[in-house]
Amino acid sequence: MDRIPILKMGQFLLVTIQIDLYDRLAVNLESDLVQMVSKTGARGVLIDISALTIVDSFMGRILGNIGSMSKIMDAETVVVGMQPAVAITLIELGLELQGVSTALNVEKGMLFLQEKIGNQNEPADNEDGTE
Amino acid sequence: MNQLIMKTVLSKTTMKIEKEQDVVPFRNRVKEFATKIGMSLVNQTKLITAASELVRNMLKYANGGSVVIEIVNQGRDNGIRLTFDDKGPGIKDIPLALKDGFSTGKSLGIGLPGAKRLVSEFDIKSVVGKGTVVTIIKWKNG
Repeated sequence: MDRIPILKMGQFLLVTIQIDLYDRLAVNLESDLVQMVSKTGARGVLIDISALTIVDSFMGRILGNIGSMSKIMDAETVVVGMQPAVAITLIELGLELQGVSTALNVEKGMLFLQEKIGNQNEPADNEDGTE
Repeated sequence: MNQLIMKTVLSKTTMKIEKEQDVVPFRNRVKEFATKIGMSLVNQTKLITAASELVRNMLKYANGGSVVIEIVNQGRDNGIRLTFDDKGPGIKDIPLALKDGFSTGKSLGIGLPGAKRLVSEFDIKSVVGKGTVVTIIKWKNG
């Protein structure tokens, strides 16, 4: 059975989807990712979809699910590298990818995650300092 | 209807869709056809996304079926016509099925109406208990 590899890098999980997905592969990715978040205690998930030539309603829903599930597990999700034609098609299709953060590329996505997680840590640090 | 008669078919192939894994080669085949007539990337993406929605419906509700991929010509315009033919349960209420957010399954209910928005021409015929035929056309510049 085909599987999309999930890489751990520090507090983050990285997924680069390099092949066109059929539905079961996407569903497997969803459950693998959530399990990995739980197992590793990752704080962020970055999904690179720059190689995907289409995102249809099913794939869109999976991306949304990954975002919401990770959120419940205390991890932020960012989807990066969407091709312009895919973005145009998604909106016309009627899918707004609500609940998923996006960034233009991997670099910006990583920055986004670091900032998000940094911001969550900082207030706690400050409180410690003043007390 | 009149327009349908005027169209001439330049190239044609039929693909059977029986399992989920058939979807990826099918999408690639549609892309090949669309590239052949010089369709822009955005229109290709719209066409393939619509095709992906329809082929999923076919697998989910009718256990598969067949798709005819054609290059059609009308006047100066070239386009891709896809005909999805299944022997499934059929659709009772087509206007309802074409409504955003309606689904008898667990999905979002944007597949059918979404697919319609993405293509130039959309036609659906269904007989309950017999099957459904969905025909879409995306013109090269449409």
